[in-house]
Amino acid sequence: MNTTKTTYDRRSFLKSSLLAGGGMMLSVSWLSSAKAADKLQALNLPEQWVQLNGYIQITPDNVIKLICPNPEFGQNVMTSLPMMVAEELDADWKNVVVEMGPHDNARLGPQFTGGSNSVRMYWKPLREAGAAARQMLCEAAAQTWSVPVGEVTTKAGVLHHASGKSAKYGEMASKAATLVVPKGMKLKAPKDFTIVRHSKKNVEGHKIVTGKPLFGLDYRADGMLIAMIQHPPGFGMKLKSFDASQMIKMPGIKDVFTLKLYPDGFEQGGFDTRTFNELLVVVGKTTWEVMNARKKLKVQWEPMGDVKDTMTGRSGKREVTVPGELETTSAQLDKMQEYASKAAQQLRKDGDPETAFKNAAQVIERTYNAPFLAHNCMEPMNFFAHVTDEKAVVAGPLQAPGWAEPTLSKLLNLPADKIEIQMTRMGGGFGRRAYSQYMYEAALISKKVKAPVKLMYTREDDMTYGIYRPMYTATYRAALDANKNLIGFHVKGGGIPEHAIHANRFPAGAVDNYLAESWEIPSNITIGAFRAPRSNFNAAAEQSFLDEVAEAMGKDPIEFRLDLLKKAKASPVGKNNEYDADRYASVLTLVRDKSGWNKPGNEKYHRGVAAYFCHNSYAAHVVDIVTRDGEPYVERVFSAMDCGIVVNPDAARNMVQGAVVDGIGNAFYGALTHKNGAAEQSNFHNYRMIRHNEAPKKIEVHFVENDLDPTGLGEPPFPPVFGAVANALYKNKGKRYYNQPFKPELDKRI
Amino acid sequence: MAKYSLKINGKIRQLDVDPATPMLWVLRDHLDMPGTKYGCGIAQCGACKVHLNGVAVPSCQLPVSAVGNQAVTTIEGLSAKGDHPVQKAWLEHDVAQCGYCQAGQIMTAAALLKENSKPTDADIDAAMSGNICRCGTYLRIKEAIKSAAKEVSTSSSSTRK
Ligand code: FES
Ligand code: FES
Repeated sequence: MNTTKTTYDRRSFLKSSLLAGGGMMLSVSWLSSAKAADKLQALNLPEQWVQLNGYIQITPDNVIKLICPNPEFGQNVMTSLPMMVAEELDADWKNVVVEMGPHDNARLGPQFTGGSNSVRMYWKPLREAGAAARQMLCEAAAQTWSVPVGEVTTKAGVLHHASGKSAKYGEMASKAATLVVPKGMKLKAPKDFTIVRHSKKNVEGHKIVTGKPLFGLDYRADGMLIAMIQHPPGFGMKLKSFDASQMIKMPGIKDVFTLKLYPDGFEQGGFDTRTFNELLVVVGKTTWEVMNARKKLKVQWEPMGDVKDTMTGRSGKREVTVPGELETTSAQLDKMQEYASKAAQQLRKDGDPETAFKNAAQVIERTYNAPFLAHNCMEPMNFFAHVTDEKAVVAGPLQAPGWAEPTLSKLLNLPADKIEIQMTRMGGGFGRRAYSQYMYEAALISKKVKAPVKLMYTREDDMTYGIYRPMYTATYRAALDANKNLIGFHVKGGGIPEHAIHANRFPAGAVDNYLAESWEIPSNITIGAFRAPRSNFNAAAEQSFLDEVAEAMGKDPIEFRLDLLKKAKASPVGKNNEYDADRYASVLTLVRDKSGWNKPGNEKYHRGVAAYFCHNSYAAHVVDIVTRDGEPYVERVFSAMDCGIVVNPDAARNMVQGAVVDGIGNAFYGALTHKNGAAEQSNFHNYRMIRHNEAPKKIEVHFVENDLDPTGLGEPPFPPVFGAVANALYKNKGKRYYNQPFKPELDKRI
Repeated sequence: MAKYSLKINGKIRQLDVDPATPMLWVLRDHLDMPGTKYGCGIAQCGACKVHLNGVAVPSCQLPVSAVGNQAVTTIEGLSAKGDHPVQKAWLEHDVAQCGYCQAGQIMTAAALLKENSKPTDADIDAAMSGNICRCGTYLRIKEAIKSAAKEVSTSSSSTRK
């Protein structure tokens, strides 16, 4: 095992930073349990860090600290982004330490974790930063040695000259820091990579396995109080009155009060989504005391009625009406059926689909449904806040600090430079933590009680609060001519409150007559991005449908898709096709070859295939189902990905395996349903999550090898899992499954 | 409130707390040991698992009053240097994604290997199925347990089973 010195134990880290009035991100003392302990402790940090630029700090003692700009939620950016810097810097990875940067968009870039964008967005700037730092070090060495800078070479953190002179980076760091930062650096060719494309272990691995305080929920400050919010029991409800006379006397309870999140008429940005605006807050000394006291709260709720919200965005200001209805899942399904039969908004039309369907020898029509999904991040929503009249310090798990800051500034009436946002490691995100209302709530509560506060959602609070993956439906139709050629394709999709259709994705571009339409039903159930938004349903429905079309045409499902892609490549239909047909085909052929598709030796398995393009990457899976104890079980999965250059291969495999497990779990079990506005699931006893015994025995991950700039991986492998599972399930059960999750329907058959 | 003297990670810790307080919150809030995680509070996720006399139990269901003088071990005390075979195997297989569930997974796995140093896949599934990993690292957890089992069974002189 290759132990790197990048795993440091910052045992007294939290307290030291808190005493200094700062936070987790301030490096004060590095107590190391790794090899470099003596060296690091001997240094008087952080004064001696020589800051070469926003991302890189080098000590005179040759320790290189790389600042990770983007929040970490398990996608491993704290390792992969620094690898990109270290590559161009020619650093010795063993001497590299990594630290999460503070929120500082000016210095650290957009700092947004989401949309599978981190690696893609920072690929160029981070390598340029590394290359510039390296160049400055070379320059410093050239000046010191009085040699031309072109003669100075670098390797693994050491500067060399043919004369035999050499120096570690640290020796030249102080001098280098005085030089002008060069621009327009030439970057390495992929063939010269020594760090990128070479698997590196998670830089926080050691802290994770030893239980160090990394997460928002672990954050502590002197005098910190615990706050919880009692939200209405259902969507469409609001607070009527409450009686806290009993509970206020309970041990540890400090205060009970109501608070408005957004003032009337507040202009909400796209990620300011909140479900409930009036907060009933309980503040106390410890978590358990607050949890207990809440149970003694006597609260009366009432229907909120229709509510008007003001939204702002790129398209300007607009008023939206949030309906007050108390929704129930069965009624929602009926309403979706009703809307599906009405005229819808046309998103894209190629050729003459009406005529194609009229002339068709065979029309296949299928409808797919999927429920709301809760993100269920393992670490429930929480945030620390200490707000005074002068400034605000907030710390916690957040995917998009840059989007949250302007809203927080408005709510607190503090300028942005008086707001310090510290980003803790996130116990999962999946899109949920791009919506920062829990941070605003924490800040307002702290302001009100004039003390440092940690707001915590219990699992129940977290699961029933909303910001779910929307509820979706889509009806697909395919027109085949007498020779079983696909001559028309029609998708009409809707959702509560948003539809999922990506009109310009495959098979758009591959079918002469194509129509995509959508409709939406407003709701008070709040929704948000969920791992591969919209795609996570599209891929499920469309890829199941294509499987059925291929079967009707008498074609192998992979060959059928490859034929369509050939056509999309040779004579693309329409405009704005979002995908690259060659790359799409490459994951299909790779997964076909690696899985031994149609090859002997796999008779034991019921196999399903699916592929999808989203978030700039391509994914294909072959799912192999067996019957185990009378039930279908996904025993094996083969995955093929094209995300360009794979920065950290083993971690990338981990991510794909995780997405596959997540997809299988949600396909079989994931569902959040409602009755009279109330979520019917509130914790893991009734919201079923995939568990150890249900995970496949093997998930083999393969990457298409190319030198294209890297794209993301957090989302793309997820959506096609649903389709591949559905298609394998068909082979296993002899019946198609159109409604997610599949498990309830499977159980009824038994 | 009541006074307790608890044996945690080989040390005696004194505290004055409501007897019904689950060990999860005693550890996290009163003793500043946040390695043990909260995930559900109802014995469904395993994030809060600690060892009670060597057996993995959900600390969210363990009132402080029930502990008595039984030894409690948390992730912080599983090994002095973070080099328990299970912890090493977790690093070797680079198991963690977000990492939030992993303390609970590791404690459960360590207890399993103490009982059964050569677990089969089915043994692992049975022991670990109370631990949810939202990030889906189950395959690597299984591989890591098998690696750790090898080390445990070759290095341990008192291998049972
Ligand atoms: S928090 Fe105890 S089992 Fe989930
Ligand atoms: S690693 Fe994220 S929940 Fe397990």
